[in-house]
Amino acid sequence: MNAALEAMSLGIRYKRSWALRDCSVSIPEGRVVGLVGPNGAGKTTFLHAVVGLLRPTTGSVRTAGEVAFMAQDKPLYDGFKVAEMLKLGARLNPGWDQESALARLAGLGIPTGRKVGKLSGGQQAQVALTLALARRPRVLVLDEPLANLDPLARHDVMRSLMTGVAETGMTVVLSSHVVSDLAETCDWLVVLNGGRVQVSGDIEDLLAEHLILSGPVELAGSLPQGARVVGASRAERQATLLVKGVRVVDPRWVVRQASLDDLVMAYLRSPDEAALPRPAGVGA
Amino acid sequence: MSTYLQLVHQVKQALRLGLLKPGDKLPTAREVVDRLAINPNTVLKAYRELEREGLVMGRPGMGTFVQRSIGGATLADQTRLRRGLTAWVQQGREAGLDQEDLEALFTLVLGDTFREEIA
Repeated sequence: MNAALEAMSLGIRYKRSWALRDCSVSIPEGRVVGLVGPNGAGKTTFLHAVVGLLRPTTGSVRTAGEVAFMAQDKPLYDGFKVAEMLKLGARLNPGWDQESALARLAGLGIPTGRKVGKLSGGQQAQVALTLALARRPRVLVLDEPLANLDPLARHDVMRSLMTGVAETGMTVVLSSHVVSDLAETCDWLVVLNGGRVQVSGDIEDLLAEHLILSGPVELAGSLPQGARVVGASRAERQATLLVKGVRVVDPRWVVRQASLDDLVMAYLRSPDEAALPRPAGVGA
Repeated sequence: MSTYLQLVHQVKQALRLGLLKPGDKLPTAREVVDRLAINPNTVLKAYRELEREGLVMGRPGMGTFVQRSIGGATLADQTRLRRGLTAWVQQGREAGLDQEDLEALFTLVLGDTFREEIA
């Protein structure tokens, strides 16, 4: 399988401090990647390196095919009409797909004669997304596309984005710090923490290899071989653990599947733990 | 339940109730995604699972079509059974049972009946 996006030991240094250190990921084509991490983890820096706005200090990053980028502060000119934004896009981009852009806006009921500044936040996000899709990218990169949108507009933007994926099979990388936004839409998770890649993998595989165990504290010392405790909390005599690589456990544990939220939280709280494929592996 | 299993479940439910019949076309991934804002790979995976079970068949470039129904009942039988069940629910409500009471009772009887068959 070909990688749509590959970073090898990618590092980025601003003056004297490192924003990214030794980041390696390999993401297969056609995936919808959720990039999560706390503020300051390096998400925007990582995305800027992917789209070529930043040059790696160490290592490399490459994408297969045309890349389009939707920056966090939607790159629109408030004084321009929607039609003028399209005209600008057509001038700047050789492979521009004006027809589908117009059809998309018509479908959304966004009047092309209106000034961008007069549109709602949700409509502005849709226009920005339409401009990015009209470039017919193989890899679409979006920095916090849902930030500052109300729940209805978030749903509508995600619908547009997922429809785009269904139509073109492109790879999408989107960042968010709201994990619940990603549960239905992303199938690949990348967790960045303190400038390092902590988790990268197929979400279904990741969820299958992590379990949440609750039980008496004294059991915590006798987990089966190969078990890795990613996160643990204790209340009185009760311990709750998020463990990796365990299938059969002592029946005194109460076992449940980890949710995406559980998984992300546990890793973010334990920055020294990691869930990464073997260096040569691309994953499922 | 994962979204993928929910989709599988919904199609099976529609097959059981006769809402989908052999030859019917399932909505395309794009159509499903446009309604639900979910990952298209999830839809394709659900369709693959239904295909593996022999319930639907994908025809390249044309779509995914229902191969066979599930559940033994004909439409006429279903209508009759549904009417009987509606009457039973009505009686239950008259006796003061609420929705949860009725569900519990139904599940209990269902379980008992099938256990007797196995025994």
